[in-house]
Amino acid sequence: MCLVAAELERQGISTVALQLLRRVTEKVRPPRALYVPFDHGYPLDAPNAPRRQHAVIEAALKMLEEPNLQPPAIVDYQPENKNN
Amino acid sequence: MGDLNEFPLKYKLFLKAYPWRRIDPVPWAPLKKPLKDSRAAVISSAGLVGTDQEPFDDSIRGGDFSFREIPADADVYTLTDTHRSDLYDHSGLRQDPNLAFPLDRLRELVRKGRIGSLNRRHLSFMGSITAPGRLIKKTAPPAVRKLVEDGVDIALLLPV
Repeated sequence: MCLVAAELERQGISTVALQLLRRVTEKVRPPRALYVPFDHGYPLDAPNAPRRQHAVIEAALKMLEEPNLQPPAIVDYQPENKNN
Repeated sequence: MGDLNEFPLKYKLFLKAYPWRRIDPVPWAPLKKPLKDSRAAVISSAGLVGTDQEPFDDSIRGGDFSFREIPADADVYTLTDTHRSDLYDHSGLRQDPNLAFPLDRLRELVRKGRIGSLNRRHLSFMGSITAPGRLIKKTAPPAVRKLVEDGVDIALLLPV
């Protein structure tokens, strides 16, 4: 996904790539990465949990809106309480 | 959490030694307009296909570098997980494909006015591509051009 993100940015499309392996993200350097501390297979946290999925997507959208980010940008997602 | 230690030893060693391609220089496309006016696309490497589409082929050496177009009006629950990797738990994605292809969530954001619109098509890839040269040279540029032609402003990319 990182390599596709780079091609998108080269062609003028702003991207956020969710990432599940922080060490790999640091090596590959996609333009904007939101590192999510979830298991593989669960990039948006949990199935059938729209609120939790929206929370991750909103964090990604905020990265797009943040004018002070510099490439390559990695933000660590802070999950909400799982009891919510 | 997503960590190399999740994987069996042979994969862990492979991933540690794998010569990841470093993106250099890192391209940067700042947001050109407010999100409420932006057109969004979803791109996922979960190997999802529509009901009339060919599954991804995990017998291709180095990984299947093709992609599928998923129309914006697709019923997410009809998408099929054809990613055969046994390195992760597929059960969540099979219950709710929004977990890695969140068309329903983005439709909700359009209705709320948080983003402007959803593009007419979205892209599905299959991850686990160990030889990404063909993806970089053959697949990604024309796939991205389709989104440029559609007037896409922002893309959300999701791995599994």
